[in-house]
Amino acid sequence: MIAEVKDSISIKFAGDSGDGMQLTGTQFTDNTALYGNDFATFPNYPAEIRAPQGTIHGVSGFQIHFGSFEINTPGDEFDVLVAMNAAALKDSLKSLKKTGLLIVDIAGFDKKNLRLAAFDPEEDLLEESRFSDYHFIKIDISSLSKEALKEIDLDPKQKDRSKNMFVLGLLLWMYGRNLQSVEDFIETKFRKNPLLKEANLKVLRTGFYYGETAELQSYKKEIKAAKLEPGTYRNIMGNKATALGVMTAAFKANLNLFYASYPITPASDILHELAKHAKAGVQSFQAEDEIAAVCAAIGASFGGALGATGTSGPGMALKSEAINLALMLELPLLVIDVQRAGPSTGMPTKTEQSDLLFAMYGRNGESPIPIIAAHSPGNCFEAVYWACKIAIEHMTPVIFLSDGYLANGSEPWKVKDLKDLPEIQPVYLSAEDTQEEAFLPYKRNADLVRSWVQPGTKNKQHRIGGLEKELVSGNVSYSPENHQKMTDIRAEKVALIAKKLPEQTIMAGAKSGKVLVIGWGNTTGAIKSAVLELLKEAKEVAHAQINFIHPFPENLANILNSFDKILVPELNNGQLIKLLKVAFPNNKFYALNKIQGIPFKKSEIKDAILNLLG
Amino acid sequence: MQIGELTAKDFASDQDLRWCPGCGDFAILKQVQTVLAKLGHSQEDTVFISGIGCSSRFPYYMNTYGMHSIHGRAAAIASGLRLTREDLNIWIVTGDGDSMSIGGNHLIHLLRRDLNVNLLLFNNEIYGLTKGQYSPTSKKDLITKSSPYGNQERAFDTLALCFGAGASFIARSIDREAKHLQEILIQTNEHEGSSFLEIYQNCHIFNDGTFQNYSDRSLQKINALFLEDGKPLVFGEHQELAIKLDGLNPKVVLKDEYSLEDLWIHDSSDRVKASILINEVDTQENFPKLFGVVYKKEKLNTRSNSPNKLSENYLLDLLKGSNSWLVK
Repeated sequence: MIAEVKDSISIKFAGDSGDGMQLTGTQFTDNTALYGNDFATFPNYPAEIRAPQGTIHGVSGFQIHFGSFEINTPGDEFDVLVAMNAAALKDSLKSLKKTGLLIVDIAGFDKKNLRLAAFDPEEDLLEESRFSDYHFIKIDISSLSKEALKEIDLDPKQKDRSKNMFVLGLLLWMYGRNLQSVEDFIETKFRKNPLLKEANLKVLRTGFYYGETAELQSYKKEIKAAKLEPGTYRNIMGNKATALGVMTAAFKANLNLFYASYPITPASDILHELAKHAKAGVQSFQAEDEIAAVCAAIGASFGGALGATGTSGPGMALKSEAINLALMLELPLLVIDVQRAGPSTGMPTKTEQSDLLFAMYGRNGESPIPIIAAHSPGNCFEAVYWACKIAIEHMTPVIFLSDGYLANGSEPWKVKDLKDLPEIQPVYLSAEDTQEEAFLPYKRNADLVRSWVQPGTKNKQHRIGGLEKELVSGNVSYSPENHQKMTDIRAEKVALIAKKLPEQTIMAGAKSGKVLVIGWGNTTGAIKSAVLELLKEAKEVAHAQINFIHPFPENLANILNSFDKILVPELNNGQLIKLLKVAFPNNKFYALNKIQGIPFKKSEIKDAILNLLG
Repeated sequence: MQIGELTAKDFASDQDLRWCPGCGDFAILKQVQTVLAKLGHSQEDTVFISGIGCSSRFPYYMNTYGMHSIHGRAAAIASGLRLTREDLNIWIVTGDGDSMSIGGNHLIHLLRRDLNVNLLLFNNEIYGLTKGQYSPTSKKDLITKSSPYGNQERAFDTLALCFGAGASFIARSIDREAKHLQEILIQTNEHEGSSFLEIYQNCHIFNDGTFQNYSDRSLQKINALFLEDGKPLVFGEHQELAIKLDGLNPKVVLKDEYSLEDLWIHDSSDRVKASILINEVDTQENFPKLFGVVYKKEKLNTRSNSPNKLSENYLLDLLKGSNSWLVK
């Protein structure tokens, strides 16, 4: 029987937070990447490490959309739902497509699980007739896994934990894959525990062969490899891409890298990644608090390293004063904000784009700071590289905005060639200035940037600080005229960066028309797929996604002026739109806001565009 | 100019000093400049980092590299500099509000990590720059602008706080004793690890005379105990009193009633004795206050520090990852 060929499939793995759904998802993703499909993923899990078992709060989900053509989103709805228990079913069934495939683990629907998921424990939830809209497969995954392991000396709990491998094996079979990547992973992960290695491999293969034995061939689908631009690709998550981008920037600028951070969701993985490379020239520092982290980074920059710090919203609030110190000192500083749903502690594992105005205005005094936002997991690499470049070349703190969805989402990423990245040239003292007798720490170049003179440089001793500086000399000054001038210079210095930025591009659609959808951050996929669909219907719509928010690229005005209406979808209550309205008072902007801790659906964007098109 | 040929003056910057005339800070500044010259340090390899407060103006007056940062954070900034620059001689200048109140967290963690810096705590037991509020080291019942009915809070036992945080060098001196201060500054600078030096510094505007017991020559004899390694713990108007250990309890005795070996001989490397000195002697009213190097131990070396740069091959391998694929 030949498998049906499909363009794309979206799968959701849903289970209890202890069921290993994230691992299943990431392993399926790695396999998908090696197979050559394009894909987008969306892990969605509770903040608690072991949330109340069996309840809706404890559901952990991983969604992957993969295809033989360009994939921009994890999919509004999915074609396949794997529900490991009653709570997972309750949580996710509403987004399973009609006629989609529902796979359940019978063991997760006993009376206890029904009760915990607030179903009637006496009812037969898995009765076929209830799911007549779907293709429905009931498997006693837990028992089959345990049965496969009956010869292996592990306790029942450990045996039960391998059931996610059954799911993984079955799904890989369904899409015509081989097990190589997962087997390699298991070999490495359980290198030191042969028993667990054997168990996981065994259950994985049991799942893989189950499809055959249970005659599920009719569900097999083939999704051909996607046609990607030639090059070397890898699967990458946003936080990893961010860490690699910062490392690459330090390398290109020939600087030591010092990354100081205090653990916080969802930014910690950047610290974890950088900490791995301690022996290869990356210094990471787990500070005692958020303030110490940013301050240590400033100290490192003062000494001539690339000082960087990473956090999420609550940490940004704590770092505010020190970021302003870096602004006054005019030293390079990278501040990474992996945004999450706020305010206060908010929803740590859920995504939001609501720190933009805080990044822009959340400091005392007149405090202009460049802001750069990544717009996909892979784009985190280039965007943060640019953030470092600007920090170093313009002697300024730079805020890099990522978010929970980008941080944990993944996509195929074309590995960058170092030669293709723009050079980064720190502003050291010119030969001419080195000769000068009197050293003037706040003397500036044509870009209004002062030189980076580090302790240890002979005869250039100087003192810097948070007090207002006198023009050129850098001495403390309370003169009214001087304060006006210095305030103006700091603003002008950031405004001038616009001349150095790459041009804003149009991601989809024509250069002019009726509606432009302008987004930033994680909205890329939803906007792009909505716009592409409408373009097929011959609608006059285009899409631009901006990386550089402060300052805006110089050509942005021309792009905006070429459209009648501009739609600005954001996962906040309207932040970029406020900045756009101030910068471009003559254009017509329309807001589309959502603040639910989850990304936009393609359909939501599409509806808003259609509404504007009239 | 050869190293070692600099004078104290070479370490003075061209900035006008802006402390109140008569402030204890002047004397400390002079001794720090003298010590740096004496020890043959270069101007360019020396860095002073401060927070906010009267004492934190200090870096402006030093012809070295310096940063006058934000309130409480000097220790954190110095930590980042220390970890990336092994070659520099780094000093932190801070006050009782700066490092014991708003920056308390950074102080204890600096001491825990034992990074090689010299921390000078100018303790005047008052907020001076904000014009006279009580500080975490102010004496109980002190009347200030923010405690008009008397300070209701207990003061930090500064040395005990640092000892608890695991400091590897704990010392105290006072602005009025130039020679002592100079000697202790030298030892502070020479210690590898975080050196904590508390300097009693008189604020004659808002808290005048708070250290009179230790600065006035006749009172000092009774109230201050100047520690020296290898010497007995002796004080009193005619140096007639000594401290002796009775089991684990310190006891004031008449010196002449005991032979030298029966008295407590100071050994700054003895952790148990340091604990008794810090927790039982320094904090009790019936004992004199400690001056000198109270405790000193070899560097803890809890954090290795090897700044270097990434190699291209390492980076290229990392960018490619272990599961890449080629699209033709």
